Amino acid sequence: MARNKETLVILVDIGPSMHPHLEYAAKAVSTLVQRKIIHRQHDEVGLVFFGANETDNELTLEVGGYEHVVVARPISVVSDELARAVDRFPKEHGISDFLDAIVVGLDMIVKKLGPGSKGNKRIYLITDAQSTVREPEEGTKLEQVDILAKQLQQCSISLDVVVIRLRGEKRALVSKTSQENEFLLQSFSSQTKGELVLADSCTTLLGAVKARTVSPTTLFRGDMELTPNMTIQVWVYKKVSQERLPTLKLYSDKAPLIDTSATHQVNLDSEYKSTIDLDVSIAPEQRIKAYKYGPQYVPISSTEEEALSFKTEKGLKIVGFTDRFNVPRHYYMKEANVFIPEPGNERSTVAVSCLVRAMEAEGKVAIVRCIWRARQTNVVLGVLTPCLASEVSIADCFYFNIIPFSEDLREFAFASFKDRPAGQQPTRLQQETADALVQMMDLCPSPGDEILKPENTVNPVLLRFYSFLHLKSLDPEATVPPLDDALRRISEPDERFLQKMEYMLGTFQDQFVLTQNAQKENGDRKFWKDRLEGEEEKPGLLVGGEEAMQTEDGKPLSLEFLTGKKVEEVGSLNPVQDFEALLARRDSDKWVGKAIKEMKKIITDLLDSAYNGNTYEKAMACLVALRNGCVVQEEPTEFNTFLEEIANRCRGKRQNDFWERVVTKNITLISKEETPDSGVTQEEAAAFLIGKSSGQGPEAAVEEEVDEMDALLDDVI
Amino acid sequence: MDWYTQPQQSALFLDDEEDPDAPNDELELTSSKEFIVYLVDASPDMFLPLSEEENSKSTFATVISGIANELKTRIISRDTDEVGVCFFNTREKKNIQESESVYVLSELGVPSAQLIRDLERVGETFEKDIGSGASRAVDVRESILYNALWVAQAILRTGTSKNILKRIYIFTNNDDPLENTNPLVKADLRRTTIQRAKDAQDLGIGVELYPFNRPGEQFNVNIFYSEMIQLDENDEVGFMTNASNRFADLADQMRKKMFKKRVVRKMMLTITKGVEISLRSYAMIRPATTSRSIWLDSKTNTPLKIERSYICADTGALMAGPIKRYQEYSGKKVLLNTDEIVEVKKITNVQLQLVGFKPLECLRDYYNLRPPTFLYPDDEAISGSTCAFIALHRSMINLQKFAVAFYGGTANPQLVALVAQEEETDDTGSQLQPPGMNMIYLPYADDIRPAEKYHADNINHPKRAEEGQISRAVTLMRKLDLKDFTVYQIQNPALQRHYAILQALALEEEELPEVKDETQPDEEGMKSESVVSAVNKFKDSVYGVEYEQEMAEAAATKARGSSASQKRKAATEVASKEASQYDWNDLADSGKLKDLTVVELKYYLSANKLPLSGKKDVLLSRILAHLGK
Repeated sequence: MARNKETLVILVDIGPSMHPHLEYAAKAVSTLVQRKIIHRQHDEVGLVFFGANETDNELTLEVGGYEHVVVARPISVVSDELARAVDRFPKEHGISDFLDAIVVGLDMIVKKLGPGSKGNKRIYLITDAQSTVREPEEGTKLEQVDILAKQLQQCSISLDVVVIRLRGEKRALVSKTSQENEFLLQSFSSQTKGELVLADSCTTLLGAVKARTVSPTTLFRGDMELTPNMTIQVWVYKKVSQERLPTLKLYSDKAPLIDTSATHQVNLDSEYKSTIDLDVSIAPEQRIKAYKYGPQYVPISSTEEEALSFKTEKGLKIVGFTDRFNVPRHYYMKEANVFIPEPGNERSTVAVSCLVRAMEAEGKVAIVRCIWRARQTNVVLGVLTPCLASEVSIADCFYFNIIPFSEDLREFAFASFKDRPAGQQPTRLQQETADALVQMMDLCPSPGDEILKPENTVNPVLLRFYSFLHLKSLDPEATVPPLDDALRRISEPDERFLQKMEYMLGTFQDQFVLTQNAQKENGDRKFWKDRLEGEEEKPGLLVGGEEAMQTEDGKPLSLEFLTGKKVEEVGSLNPVQDFEALLARRDSDKWVGKAIKEMKKIITDLLDSAYNGNTYEKAMACLVALRNGCVVQEEPTEFNTFLEEIANRCRGKRQNDFWERVVTKNITLISKEETPDSGVTQEEAAAFLIGKSSGQGPEAAVEEEVDEMDALLDDVI
Repeated sequence: MDWYTQPQQSALFLDDEEDPDAPNDELELTSSKEFIVYLVDASPDMFLPLSEEENSKSTFATVISGIANELKTRIISRDTDEVGVCFFNTREKKNIQESESVYVLSELGVPSAQLIRDLERVGETFEKDIGSGASRAVDVRESILYNALWVAQAILRTGTSKNILKRIYIFTNNDDPLENTNPLVKADLRRTTIQRAKDAQDLGIGVELYPFNRPGEQFNVNIFYSEMIQLDENDEVGFMTNASNRFADLADQMRKKMFKKRVVRKMMLTITKGVEISLRSYAMIRPATTSRSIWLDSKTNTPLKIERSYICADTGALMAGPIKRYQEYSGKKVLLNTDEIVEVKKITNVQLQLVGFKPLECLRDYYNLRPPTFLYPDDEAISGSTCAFIALHRSMINLQKFAVAFYGGTANPQLVALVAQEEETDDTGSQLQPPGMNMIYLPYADDIRPAEKYHADNINHPKRAEEGQISRAVTLMRKLDLKDFTVYQIQNPALQRHYAILQALALEEEELPEVKDETQPDEEGMKSESVVSAVNKFKDSVYGVEYEQEMAEAAATKARGSSASQKRKAATEVASKEASQYDWNDLADSGKLKDLTVVELKYYLSANKLPLSGKKDVLLSRILAHLGK
């Protein structure tokens, strides 16, 4: 831990122009400190304000100058005291000169650690760069920056800068001072190892201040074999690694309150019990590992497993190159890595650069086989994509992503959009509306300007967790704070942003949902929702997502719960399953009659509520189920009369298209042949489908398209 | 999966290692299983060679090994599924219904190593035990296919749970199963057979056909089967498998159909307040891993039950009921309860909120955390969803944009990219890639590391490639081009090996099957002259012509050994020279060995490459041991 200790000085501009941003600057710095307390409790942090009313720093005592720079907290190990101190920043009215502040920060680190010390050293500068930097006594400001940058470099201190420049702030565009300052800071960042981030909103400000809680370690160092007779030396680092909530530990409150030395820890004790006799505990040497293979358990000792397992040899090998579109983006499996040429190795640097640039020009990617460590028991297959260096100080490199093996893929087929019914195909107007939506809800209003860029977007859950933890450490009764507005910008579009496109969103709503169909469509949706609410306990309730997954008593629906519940009625959600389940119930004979009656009602309801045939599919499924049920239960009359009702209401009427489906699916009356109780012969059953009067050339009618059928029937009537 | 009622194993407290979505996957896998009956035609025609190549296996043998292969995969990935194998057009009959010419090899059961072995060996005893029926006989008065379907359906009758998918696969190369029936009853038999299949389908049993061509004859589905095989409604697209003469095709087709599509989740994409599109999500790519190991009692080979108990470290008392949790913060133990964590994680009530759109080039290659989730519209909850989805899908493709959305309906709320995916089909029209959107999980600021910059050098800027060098690289790259690379070509060698071992152990086979490592580059190809010359040209232009020589020198130095090892070598030489001056055996026998000095003793040890550590006693006993005294 101590080896990678970081010493950090945070410089915060608290001058007049910064006042609107200080609330979020304080939040960002608080999170940084809270994070360090949890993950890096040995790190040291100092805090400096500039643009302050007063002056309080060692340099001013030693050499004079450095006015309006206040060392608020000298460098010390992070503590909750520090976390409390950064809760809020004062708003003051001094002159803010960030060059002075940087020198003070540099001086603090050097004095604390000595000039040649090891460890990570960093200065964080948070400013809006609005105030003029004082003209130096000799040379230009730029020369001053160069000298300071060299000094920072010599002490291997990196300088991270966050410049607050709110989106749409006109002042920023005209202010020469801020332009000059930005230029100076840019030149700093190109000469030191730091990063310069422009925070264009409170949200970005929170994301821009990074705690850097991990010290970089390589995943692999060594040869990458291009072909058996050429290798390139590379180092592999993680590029993306998800930061999660810390794993909470179990707490025991068994120890008496007065016992101050209590650890409150909880130990986990595992006992291996025989399934034959649960009272018998099996000793470790009598246990053997086994894998399930079909119904069998295949025991395998660890030596056997070791001897038989897949053997690999550490190393990276390029399998070949291929067109980029052969490895689509959605095949990337895990967190990405980066392959950089071995630092200081010129040959490898040029070789990587060659491949990167050649791949970029040719639109190619490389497939690479990776064994990161010796005795690794699996192979990783990945794709290398080129990354041209954005700055002169860094080398060209590759991004690496793991791609799936054939075992990892499940190939499901889905209906082509082309084949969807006409009603689901967008009209020209609808398409134009969708185009407008995609164009107007643009998160990249100008080149280089990207809203919610992942690099600058803070994880709202983590931020909230850290701040809640901090509050709770101060007050055990504290409640979870409401979601900050700046964080809300991550989970939903900006109000102002939405206002601008109110008209367009309205059009979208009209075009797709709220046209003349609006009432019906809405009514239809309500229909489903009403049913949903009324039948919370019915299976298949996953429709409404989280909310709906809760039953009345607040318990989430488990599968056992879903399947174990005895079905009592035919619900509208999964009528077929309910119907079948009811028929299957043997505890009383009332269920069959109930099931058939309710199923009929469902089908009638579905047809009543049909709009543009949207419920037909379900109604058909129900009808088929009803028929099967009636065959099995020997209730042919129930079905046959119902089918006649359907025929009467649909055939040749508004819902003739439903009847047509019945005909196409060949859902006939139940005939004698199927159930002896039926009074219908097979011929009659078939004839009924086609139409009672058989002299009409019914065969043809069935084959005809809807419109023609309508016409035909109109003629007859 | 009631995450919230069991705080002890709550997903809220998952370790870093665990994937919060994993339980979902499990839910998806266990919630429904499949019951399958393989119905294999055993008529004499099935024993004709599959193709005209010499030594071609018979169609029957191909089908059997295809099924065995599929079972091997199924045993790995879906070991709760149950399968049955049944032959029709057989000489013998074996089935509960006593139907003629139908032979049930195995009733429904989970795939086992035994069944696989039985299948692999069925050919050896087939003629004796089962035999082929006379399908060419004339004037048959019953439909054997009808019988077979009836038997298969009866096999599938068990299992009442709603979550079971039931299917019958028919393998045949006879496109006219009623060819030889008596013309008087043919129409009737045709109708009843087709009705039988339809009834099965109405009862939720899918019937699928795997047709094969007879030598010199194309399988014509229109004669009979097209009427019988329905489109699979669950699949939205039913496609009839094409008849083929290749084993690879069969394997491929079976693989594609193996996993029934399962919805992971149904969700709403909120465009703006009150405007919602309903979607279904599917897991199309998930890393396959070896099955989890369990512990057995080695005496009885029965599984052990692991009982975990939580013990208070201070008092030794057993902890009962929900246990509180804490996070250490600045020396304090801050207690947190589940409700609070749930509250912290609750960023929004909206499941999937559209935030905006970005050009595709903003989606950097490293914005990736885990496999994406596939989204497809669903009109069931909100009608009109499909239409709106298609419109947005098209706009996004035309305008080269992806959508950014906030995925709040999960344990770990996240920003996601929704990338439209166009449908792709091959020449025969079968789908390679479905239309829809891929939901790619985006990292947050603190998840992304500036790894490219770790070794930034402001003084000696890293060198860049020059034009000439790049063109050499292009030439080489073209030589090493994998033309038709697709990600699903390559099998996971470790996984294959693992299961090959399990299978061999389960069947107590002596020999371990060889598993081919398909991830290895084509080293033979890379040795071809044109590749080698391209590599050498590239290498010379990048590494310089002197590189080989330098490397050779470095290698030579290495062979000679470093200065330290040279020194060691010299010392050994001296030692053996010195050691040869003593008669060690004699010294040992006369007991004079102990009179020698440690330095002298070490001559022997060095000369014989033994360790030099330890006190004199230790050295003495080491020498004696080495002399065999």
